[in-house]
Amino acid sequence: MDIGQAFTFSALGSQFLVGLSRAMILFIVSAGMSFVLGVLRVPNIAHGSLYMIGAFSAFSLSNLLGGSGGFWLALILAPFVVAIVALVAERSLFCHLYEREHLMLLLFTFALMLILGDLVKMFWGADYRSIMAPDVLQGSVSILGSPFPRYNLFLLIVGPWVGVGLWFFSNKTKIGKIARAAAVDREMVGAIGVNVSWVFAFAFVLGCFLAGLGGALVSPMVSVSIGMDHDIIMEAFLIVTIGGLGNMWGALVGSLIFGLTQAYGVLFWPQFAIVFPYIAVVIVLTWRPRGMLKSVW
Amino acid sequence: MFKDTFSLKSLILPAAIFVVLLILPPIIPRFYTYILAVIFVTALVAMSLNMVVGHGGLFQFHHGAFYGVGAYTFALMLTKTSLPIWAGFVAGPIMAALIGLLIGAFCVRLTRLYFGMLQISLGSLIWAIAFRWYSLTGGDDGMHGIPMPPIISSSKGAYYFALIILAICIMVIYLIFKSPFGATLQAIRDNPDRCEAIGVNVKRHQLIAIVIATFFAGIAGVLFVVVEGSVFPDLLFWVFSLEIFIMCLLGGWFTFAGPILGAAIMVSLRTFVGIYTEYWTLILGIILILLIFFLPEGVWGYVLEKFGSRPKEAIEKGSK
Repeated sequence: MDIGQAFTFSALGSQFLVGLSRAMILFIVSAGMSFVLGVLRVPNIAHGSLYMIGAFSAFSLSNLLGGSGGFWLALILAPFVVAIVALVAERSLFCHLYEREHLMLLLFTFALMLILGDLVKMFWGADYRSIMAPDVLQGSVSILGSPFPRYNLFLLIVGPWVGVGLWFFSNKTKIGKIARAAAVDREMVGAIGVNVSWVFAFAFVLGCFLAGLGGALVSPMVSVSIGMDHDIIMEAFLIVTIGGLGNMWGALVGSLIFGLTQAYGVLFWPQFAIVFPYIAVVIVLTWRPRGMLKSVW
Repeated sequence: MFKDTFSLKSLILPAAIFVVLLILPPIIPRFYTYILAVIFVTALVAMSLNMVVGHGGLFQFHHGAFYGVGAYTFALMLTKTSLPIWAGFVAGPIMAALIGLLIGAFCVRLTRLYFGMLQISLGSLIWAIAFRWYSLTGGDDGMHGIPMPPIISSSKGAYYFALIILAICIMVIYLIFKSPFGATLQAIRDNPDRCEAIGVNVKRHQLIAIVIATFFAGIAGVLFVVVEGSVFPDLLFWVFSLEIFIMCLLGGWFTFAGPILGAAIMVSLRTFVGIYTEYWTLILGIILILLIFFLPEGVWGYVLEKFGSRPKEAIEKGSK
């Protein structure tokens, strides 16, 4: 693609939409990470592995159930598979560490990442898998004169609803409010008679559920394979950092920055496309060392 | 000063190990010589990380970046320029320290988790550049078959070279550890606020510690190229950085020699477990979980606590 073509309005516009739909996936995943970070104060390094498990389970479930209905069911069930994995890990091991130093919690999630990564390799093998989206979401529609994949459009619709759902949950429901309170002052929440350990478990599982949802949603767009955890975890980390630790809207802003710089990077300098988001991160953090929005703690 | 720092008793064990390592290569098979050389390199990078993590209390999450910068600089000097080899030996660590200064200057403005996150992002920037710049770094393939001068190109030559450099570095790191600067650094780790209050420039001490540590990481990077004859972007990847972190934890954060032991255990386990199973990272994860639950002060820390002369309170205070 030569430069003249790259700068046409429609190319810029369609790349904007591509970036936006990428940002939706990033938002769903990093909002989950941000939620866990906000309540437990631990960056969950295993988050990417759970995303990968989400994608693999979506693959297996949609094959098992078959047809276009299978895909929709897989999309709903895969995050629950991930949530169960997270719940087991949390209740059997992680919950015994809450009194310990943060670094130990962090290293535990790293250990979890190593273990889950290999378990996925054992269970699904090292092959590349691909999932077909149902017919409704295949092909592309024409927006501003350039073709735009329908599946990306679907993501643009789903992403905001997940955001709204998460906002509603953490601001309007009781358990969400308790979780937010525990993020700010866990001793106080414990003192008024709430079982903080279960609040943490719940927050952890919810965050991982979102990772699984992100993985299931991304599965028709990429080749599902081991190693996809490493890429997403770094991106989610950086998004959460530039957004403000634990801040859900920060995750949204960070995802938009990340998705758009990635999309335009591909347009302008394909070889170094992955460098652009990192540069954006450095600029943001130089300007605001603690992220764009206020962190929750 | 030297008399205080090196008491005769404390020198016996290291000296004995050093002598044994000197006479080993002709006796043992070549493969083991190579593994030992890898352990030396890894031990040096773990030691350098522990300078900032164990002694300095900083969340240096992406130490591998500096290790990789040292290795890449050395490799590029050898392959792309016609400068003499010693220039490469000097340039590797200096480049690593310069990058350490640059990244450190950004990072020390922040504390704890933010520090670590910012460092991961800046380090990943370096990784992304090395990963993508095919014409310079060879991209994801890396560079292989880097020519070495004859004296260190054999496995024995590389072994002795790595051993001697490691011994020198350990001595220098020990001197720094015992110096007033090292003491200040440990004081900052234990209570930064109080240090600030008595007039210690906390940020500057931390930055200097980072620069020194990254310099040693650069030396380790150069040694890696000498031993392996190749570089690849995995050296700069954050997963590797966390593995170095685990080595420090495994050996013992708050001990001086712990990281060496941690590196030795990790490299041997990887090599010998790797022969039997492809699921090495699974094993590593399980080891890490066991460590977190049962031996949080590391193997060497545990040994010192049980059998050593070191008072227990010091270890407990350190882990706060």
